[in-house]
Amino acid sequence: MALKFLLKKRLNRSWSVDILLFLLLAGVAAFMSLPLVYTINRAFMPLDEIFAFPPRFIVRNPSFKNFTDLVNIFSDSWVPFSRYVFNTFFIAIVGTTGHVIIASAAAYSLAKAKFPFRNALFSLVVMSLMFTPYVTQVPNYMTISWLGLINTYWAILLPAFASTLGLYLMKQFMEQIPDALIEAAKIDGATEYRIFWKIVMPIVKPAWMTLIIFSLQSLWTNGSVTSHKYIYSEQLRTVDAVFGQIASGGIARTGPVAAVTLLMMSVPIIVFIVTQSRVIQTMSTSGLKE
Amino acid sequence: MNALSIKRLRYIKGELAKNKHALVLLAPFFILFFTFTVIPVFMSVVLSFTYFNMLEMPRWVGWDNYARLFVADDVFLIALKNTFLFAFITGPISYIACFLFAWLINELPPKVRAVLTLILYAPSIAGNTYLIWQTLFSSDSYGYMNSFLIKWGFILEPIQWLQDPRYMLPILMMVQLWLSLGTSFLAFIAGLQNVDRSLYEAGAIDGIRNRWQELWFITLPAMRPQLMFGAVIQITSAFAVAEISIYMIGFPSVDYAAHTIVTHLVDYGTIRFQMGYASAIATILFAIMMGTNMITQKLLRKVGE
Repeated sequence: MALKFLLKKRLNRSWSVDILLFLLLAGVAAFMSLPLVYTINRAFMPLDEIFAFPPRFIVRNPSFKNFTDLVNIFSDSWVPFSRYVFNTFFIAIVGTTGHVIIASAAAYSLAKAKFPFRNALFSLVVMSLMFTPYVTQVPNYMTISWLGLINTYWAILLPAFASTLGLYLMKQFMEQIPDALIEAAKIDGATEYRIFWKIVMPIVKPAWMTLIIFSLQSLWTNGSVTSHKYIYSEQLRTVDAVFGQIASGGIARTGPVAAVTLLMMSVPIIVFIVTQSRVIQTMSTSGLKE
Repeated sequence: MNALSIKRLRYIKGELAKNKHALVLLAPFFILFFTFTVIPVFMSVVLSFTYFNMLEMPRWVGWDNYARLFVADDVFLIALKNTFLFAFITGPISYIACFLFAWLINELPPKVRAVLTLILYAPSIAGNTYLIWQTLFSSDSYGYMNSFLIKWGFILEPIQWLQDPRYMLPILMMVQLWLSLGTSFLAFIAGLQNVDRSLYEAGAIDGIRNRWQELWFITLPAMRPQLMFGAVIQITSAFAVAEISIYMIGFPSVDYAAHTIVTHLVDYGTIRFQMGYASAIATILFAIMMGTNMITQKLLRKVGE
């Protein structure tokens, strides 16, 4: 398949520049792959290699000991580990699904409906992206506690539903859809809700697949950061909060921590692989012309 | 006058009623958005005119916080300088890199493309990857950088990379660039998928001869919405840099050499509990970002002309 691609004569492309550009790309890729290589190698390093001096990058005697140690640590914990796993998946899946639907629905209105104040609303969304979240923590805590959401999943889910990045991304993509297409659907008798769900959403599939990656990644890896602020019950904590507790166990736990890092990284990567392949499969604009 | 405003109100009401479905679709997002973003931001801007230590009620001080920032706070001026240096160097480079790599990758067959996207995006996925850079720039003679330079005779004794004010900022910029193929990179890749293929064939007929013309006259204009999105994301991440400084260099950094506006804010907000002052810092950062964004968006409108 790759060979066929190389042999195919392509529009407006010259061989020499092609080769030069792809050499550049390969060089950058090697450099960017460092964290993957490092994390994978470190997870399989026995303790003496982790502490080897000078530091090692590539493992010499790979072993699974870090993972078995990890299992032993969890067997002592008084909240069953499966509960943490459930919390994590629950928050990640509900948070992402809710966010993609709620943000896309609002984005569709902002992109295609003509009503007063819509530009003002959109400007507000873009502006809010530029305000650093460090200082809104205190007002946010007050709001959440006033709503009675402290120590519930909602404290994490509701703000995640309304993350501004997603609305902005979806709106930019939906703007590219020709108005004629939506008009045609209206003439055919489709309701606005149906147009949104059956016509607009399939066209912007690359956009919401990308949004799934962003949303899941932030819910997955920042879970503990937000949950520490609003959640005090051990029953409701997420996996990475527990992993954080393992990490604070110090040098004695360095091996398991390396294993944990690999495990934590593998979920976003799997999601990434699945969704990206779908982004690339869609040749979305074919058949859509003004 | 009064009759006019009533007429206007009635008109707005009519338009809103006509777009009822739009409001239904908007409502869930905007109710949450106002509760968790707009109101807190508004509160924070109001707090920036007060003295607030989180224990007593806020006390109104007018423009005092702002005056103090620019007149009496030397460290803030260092932070301001560092942030500008950082943003104006890493911002444009990473923005162009995001687009360039997304575009190059897009030319590859789907499977190769998927693998390369994953690899280039890896530093953003891996979360806390500062450890690699700390090993690379560790201060003793066994750190990768030092041992390499000593072996090849460039230096005689190890350099304190992460403690020496001369090297801190450049190293941080490098790490930031390395981490920068993130949100906008993926948005660009998805955006390239949305460009209508038939435009390229039409362009070839109209006399487009090479890939650079194709890029300027077809690809970039077709992707303008994504380019604008990317610009906002790059501006926010280039100006709000703090975490990598805190993790790589430590907090506060030696001589404040790697101090940025956000680390200054963290200092006053979460360590000294001067929320009013911290809010003023955030408001100034906000104003700077808005200004930069306005200029950038104006420039982007010229793309492809």
